Parts: sequence; C-alpha cells; structure tokens
Amino acid sequence: MEVIYITIGVSILVALIFFFFFLKSVRTGQYDDTHTPAVRILFDDELVKDETSKTKIQS
Amino acid sequence: MNHCEHCGIEFEGKSYSKEEKLFCCNGCLTVYEILHDHDLAAYYKLNSRPGIKPQEQEGKYAFLAEKSIVSTLLEFESEEMNVVNLYIPSIHCSSCIWVLENLQKMHQGILVSQVNFPKKTTRITYNPEKIDLKTVAEVLSNLAYDPYISLDDQVKGEQSFSRRLLYQVSIAAFAFGNVMLLSFPEYFQVDEYWLDKYKFVFRYLMLFMSLPVVFYSAQDYFKSAYSGLKHKILNIDVPISLGILVLFIRSVIEVVFDLGSGFFDSLTGLVFFLLLGKVFQQKTYDYLSFERDYKSYFPIAVCFLDKDGKEGSKPVSELKIGDRIIIRNEELLPADGVLIKGDALIDYSFVTGESLPVNKSSGDKLFAGGKQKGRALTVEVTSSVDNSYLTRLWSNDVFDKSKTKGIKGITDRIAQRFTIAVLTIAFLGGLYWAFYDWEIAINVVSAVLIIACPCALALSAPFALGNSLRILGTQGIYLKNTNVLERLSGLSYIVFDKTGTITSSDHNSFRFSEGRGLNADEQWLIYNLIRESNHPLSRKLKSQLEDQLEATQATFELLDFAEHVGLGLEGRVNGHFVRIGSAQYLGLDAHKAKGSKVHIEIDGTYLGFFVLRNSFRDGLSQLIKDLKDYKIGLISGDGPSEKYTLKKIFPKGSDLKFKQSPEDKLHFIKKLQLKEEHVMMMGDGLNDAGALAQADVGMAISEDVNVFSPACDGIISAKKFNLLPNMIVLAKKSMQTVRWSFVLSLTYNSIGLAFALSNNLTPVVAAILMPLSSISVVFFVTVLTSYFSKSLKINR
Repeated sequence: MEVIYITIGVSILVALIFFFFFLKSVRTGQYDDTHTPAVRILFDDELVKDETSKTKIQS
Repeated sequence: MNHCEHCGIEFEGKSYSKEEKLFCCNGCLTVYEILHDHDLAAYYKLNSRPGIKPQEQEGKYAFLAEKSIVSTLLEFESEEMNVVNLYIPSIHCSSCIWVLENLQKMHQGILVSQVNFPKKTTRITYNPEKIDLKTVAEVLSNLAYDPYISLDDQVKGEQSFSRRLLYQVSIAAFAFGNVMLLSFPEYFQVDEYWLDKYKFVFRYLMLFMSLPVVFYSAQDYFKSAYSGLKHKILNIDVPISLGILVLFIRSVIEVVFDLGSGFFDSLTGLVFFLLLGKVFQQKTYDYLSFERDYKSYFPIAVCFLDKDGKEGSKPVSELKIGDRIIIRNEELLPADGVLIKGDALIDYSFVTGESLPVNKSSGDKLFAGGKQKGRALTVEVTSSVDNSYLTRLWSNDVFDKSKTKGIKGITDRIAQRFTIAVLTIAFLGGLYWAFYDWEIAINVVSAVLIIACPCALALSAPFALGNSLRILGTQGIYLKNTNVLERLSGLSYIVFDKTGTITSSDHNSFRFSEGRGLNADEQWLIYNLIRESNHPLSRKLKSQLEDQLEATQATFELLDFAEHVGLGLEGRVNGHFVRIGSAQYLGLDAHKAKGSKVHIEIDGTYLGFFVLRNSFRDGLSQLIKDLKDYKIGLISGDGPSEKYTLKKIFPKGSDLKFKQSPEDKLHFIKKLQLKEEHVMMMGDGLNDAGALAQADVGMAISEDVNVFSPACDGIISAKKFNLLPNMIVLAKKSMQTVRWSFVLSLTYNSIGLAFALSNNLTPVVAAILMPLSSISVVFFVTVLTSYFSKSLKINR
C-alpha cells in the first residue's frame, strides 16, 4: 500500500497546479471585470464579415 | 413619428437623411458618417439605434494640451507609448464596447483600447508622437463618447479590496475541499491495518493545509476582534476568532499527541462559509460612487488669460485671486468671481437646486458651481477653489466622519450577550466535569467554544441584507452597503429637498395667466418670434408651443428682429409688432417681475404672461400618505412661492422651510438628531450634500443614475421614486428576518452545546452540524427576503 504516498502526492500536486493558475488569473486581473469579456467574445464575427464585404467591392 | 437611426430619439418634422436613413440632427448624422468612413458600420448591426446624441462643445478639452496636466492623468508614460484610463459615462451597450475597442480604426496613433463595462471606463494606449491626449478626447467626443475628466481623476486610487478577499476565499475553498477528502477515511472508523498505518500522513497534510486558512484567510477576523477588544467592544468577530483559534489549537494538539484526527474540516469549512458571507455582502456598483465631493464635478483646468490677454490652460488648483479665466458654454465655474465681460446666464441648479438660469451682467458676483449657458465669459477670480461659497461646505467636519463608526450593527449587538453566555456555559461545564476528570473538563470547554462559534449567526445578516440590497439594486435603488438597510429600518423622520427631489425638471411647463388668454393666431405670432432666440426660457416656450400648434417651421415673415440680452426680444411678425420679455423690458410694475415669467405684448397691447411651474413628481401625495408613520419635513433653497400647494400635500405639522442655504440644511438635520430623531434626507444637488452627509441615511435622487450625485448612502433612480416607502418596509422586514434567523441559529447552537457538554462532540458531529446550521440559515433568510420583496412588489 506504499503506493498511497504517490497517489496522494499526485492528487495534491494536480490540485495545487490548478490552484496556482487560478491565483495567477486573479493576479493578472481576469476577475476584475467579468462582464466585458463575455460581450467581447461575440464581436469577432462582425468584424470579419465587414472586412470581407469590403474586399469584395474592391475586387 | 420617426426614430433617429443613430440615437433612437423620436422626432418629428425636419430630419437629416442619408442612404434612406433618418436622423434627428446634424450631430447624429455626422457620427453616422464618421463610423461609416472608418469601416465601423457594424456598430448599428449589434444593436438597433445604439448611439448617443452628440453635444457640441468647442474647446472643452483645450486643457489637455497642457503637458503638466496630461501627465497627472496618465497611468503609464514613455516616448512611444502612453496609457490613459478614461471614464466615459455614456457607455451603455455592446455596441459601445465594440466601437470603443476599435478606436484604432479612427486614428493611427491609437494602439489599443479596452473597455471595462461595469466601471464604464476605457483604457487607451496611444503613441504620443502621432496623437496627443487632447485629440484622443476629441476623437471620442466626435462619436459622442465624451470622456469625463474631473479634478478627482488626479487622485489615483489603489488596487481594489475585492482581489484580496478573492484570494482569501479561494485559499479557504481549496483547503476545505482537500481537507474534507483527507478526513473522510477516518470517519468510517474501520480498523484496517493500512489506514492505521498511514493516518499520520492524512492528519499532517490536513494540518499543513489549514495553516494558510487560519493565518491568511481568517486574519481579518482576528484583527477586527483585537481592535474591538481594545475599544472594549465585544463584536461578533470575538466569538468567531475564539472559535477558530480553539478549533485550530485543539486540532493541532490532537494530531501532534496522536489523540485524534482533529477538526480541520470544520475549521476550514467555517472560514470558507464566513468569507462567502463577506463576498455576498460586498455588493458594489462599480460605476456608481457614493463618496463624491465637489472635486468630481469640477474641471481639472480652465482656460486662463495671462496679462497680455493670451489664452492658456491652468490647473484649477493653482487658480489665484485676481486671475482672469474664460468660461465657455456649459462650463462650470470653479471658483467665486466677478463677471468682467460677456452675457452671463448662469445655471445654479447644481448649487441651489433652483432650476432656472439667472442673468448676470458685468460687475456682478458669480459663485462657484454655476454653469454658463451661452457664449463665453471672462471672469475674474475672487477666491481660491477651496474657499468659495460652495466648497467651504466641505470643510465642515461632517464630511470626515464615518457614519458606521460608533453604531453597532444588529449582529454585534447580539454578539455581546452571546459571547458572555458562551463563556459562562463553557466555564460552568468545565467546572462540573472537573470534579470527575480534568482531561474531560478541558475537552468539554474547548468543545463548547468550538461548537458555539457563531458561524450561522454571523452569516444571517450578510445574506439577508445582502439579498435585499441586490433586489433593490435591480429596481433602481442603489444602497451603499448593508449597514444602510439597518439604519433605514430605524427611521423616525424624513426630510425632503424641494427642487429636483419632489419636483421634476422634466415636467415643468408654461401656463398662461391673466387676461383673456391667447388665441391660436397670437400663439403663432409668438412662436415665430421666439424661435429665433436661444434663451433657455425661449427654447422651452418654443418647444411647448410647437407641441400645442403642431408646428414644425416658421410660417410668417419676421422683420426688425432684435434681442436685448437679459431683457427680451422684439420683432415684426406678419405685420404685427410683438415684444416678449421680462416685466422690466415691457415697463410693467415691479410686482409682476417675481418668478419665472415671460410677458407678452402684441401691437402695443399687454396680453399677460407665461409662468413656468415646476410640477411635482407623479404620485407624490400618495407617497407622503404612505409615509404617515413618519414625521415629514421639507427644506428648500427656493423662495416660499409654492408654500400653499405644499401645505396641502404634506401632513399637518410638517416643518416646511424655505430659503435655506446648504449650511442651514445641514444644521436643520443636526437639530433634529439632537432631538433623538433618526433622519433620512432626500436630496439631489450639491447644495444638499451637507444634509445628506449629516443625516442617518442620505438618499440622493437622480434622473439618470450615471450622472453624478453628491456623496450619499444611496442613490434612487427618479423613475423609482414611488418605491421609497416600500424600500423602507423591505428594510424593516429584512431586519425582522435577521432576528428570526437568530432564533434558528441559536437553536442549532443549543443542540451543539448538548453534544459538547456531554463530551460527545466527535469530529463527525461537528463536521455535520456546523455546515448544516450555516447552510440552512442562509437558505432561510434568502428565501424569506425574496418573498418579502415580492409581496412588496419589489422583485426582479
């Protein structure tokens, strides 16, 4: 059963890695504004559509 | 009826059109064209009619040309890159975010821009070699996204408190989850060889995980308890800290001396739940500020005339007596002064609450806080910014005091008795067991302190009041914190300001008095003359006549037009000689000059006058009736012209005061408080700022909550004015809920104490009982406050 040292160690290590990334995301300000990114992610399509329609006219 | 393609305003008559789209004004059309020219037409696809009507204001950002002023605003400055974070109050939808984040298409010099929607700010990175801040501001202004830059922006705030709380909660949550898993095997109490062999691993891992929870996550409780004890106050954090400490020490001793598995899961769970309550209580409205003073209203710099008459910018804080400054249209006068040149039409609504602008001629004294409506003025400054009539109010020490200081919340009041009771029980229990066994006695005492840790008690108020706060927030009533709800529930006296608070500037209208009235022909004559004038009264009368006559354009020829500033206008319309203006202008008796009147004379015959009447907000008298349990007062900066009407609305014996200066208002509230009254003040302007700060609860009313309101405890949207009585009732009911939940959590505590006193408190019992009591109390108060808000018709 000595394997339990390894399994517990691994499980805590994995948890700590995720925890580290969470703290890092808070530190870099990802939780400062939780609203705008949710809106922003929907924008890309609009921009692309606009650019393609413009190139069509030019060609 | 047409809708403007840009701003969505309904309009009639003259329109500007482009590509079959209609616009209400040239400004809106221009913005539309700018966006089209820069490939930003998708702005209109994201939302229909998302725009803001632009307001022309020349020279508004002239002060941004001054290097020294710009560097105080920048977050980062280098030769190739500057970063500035601008507050843009008009941000309101996803189109706004989109267009503001594509600013680089508007100008090469702008590198990146990023919007923070809840805070209504945009962080712009630009290349100072290609564009300066003034041009950046103008680019934004051209799109009607005027950045608001005030004196307040120069004082930079530090990183927000909420991040720290986030760290604390996440550490507690991490430890709680893992400790629970690790403590699980021992709960089943199976006598397996391997479990017995490895239990030290589990136990020491739990101990290490609880260390950051106790010493980092929970540190605020220790600090608060310590400062409470130092001031000889037993606040709720005292029993909490005691509980946490005893839990930790006993657990460590159990593990180190191999006595048991300790209570680490209860410990981490307790801290986690407590912090969760803190998060829930901390509802912030990022874009609202409850702490504003005059600095947020005042410009950073003004246009300054040096001795040779050359224009330049000067920071407001450096203005000296004798300086000459230029105040343009819509600009705020930052200091008291004497008018040197120009036709002043000063709007003091900000300072006095009086809604109509007043005329001043050169040599007259002007007060800080007035806004010029009209052409540019030259003013000589007669006092520094800090010493002017308006800003002196802020030197009153009421603005330095914190209202929450000295007032104990309901939780702390109960905590006092609770702590004493728990300590007594622990002592008596220990004494009893000491006759039999010393070891058990110590166990019992620590068990009592652990189980009595008032987690549920500490959570009920944050969740009950936090929930009410949130519900009110969805309804346009924004309270500063949960403490305001507690103070609201104990009110006895409600004081209203008049102008802008119980009256609405949107609804005021002209009424024609005296004589036989006007027929339609005469109204047409007046309309044709008055549309040439830019005086606010003329514009107001014009738009009202437009509605009455359904007029869209001039119908008659106008000859010999002349406008006498501050007096009136005249002209020959369709052959009739029409004169419109003040009593003085038409040579009338002085007694007719009172109030905001527009006198009319056609072909030498005096016909009467239009008088501007403020109208009270809809439902005012019902609202006053709903507040019959409270004493009501009124303090107004205006004259007593409406005293009679007001007396009918307000109950008998109400204190109605007129001609009150900002200081008078403050002292009125103070006097009431000396009579042991708990006062709520409702106001809107800076002139109420002192009274709002002095009152137990200062509520500011605002037509548009994004626009500024003075420092206060809560902001209520003008549209939700009628919800005021319900808000107070909800505050009372929420406090009632908190009291009921105290009974519930004390019941849990008694059950726990029974376990503890009989020396039966095993880690499993604690691990079940503590979260169970907390969660059920939280559930109880949340459901109940939601139910109350629904029954009061304040719901989501």
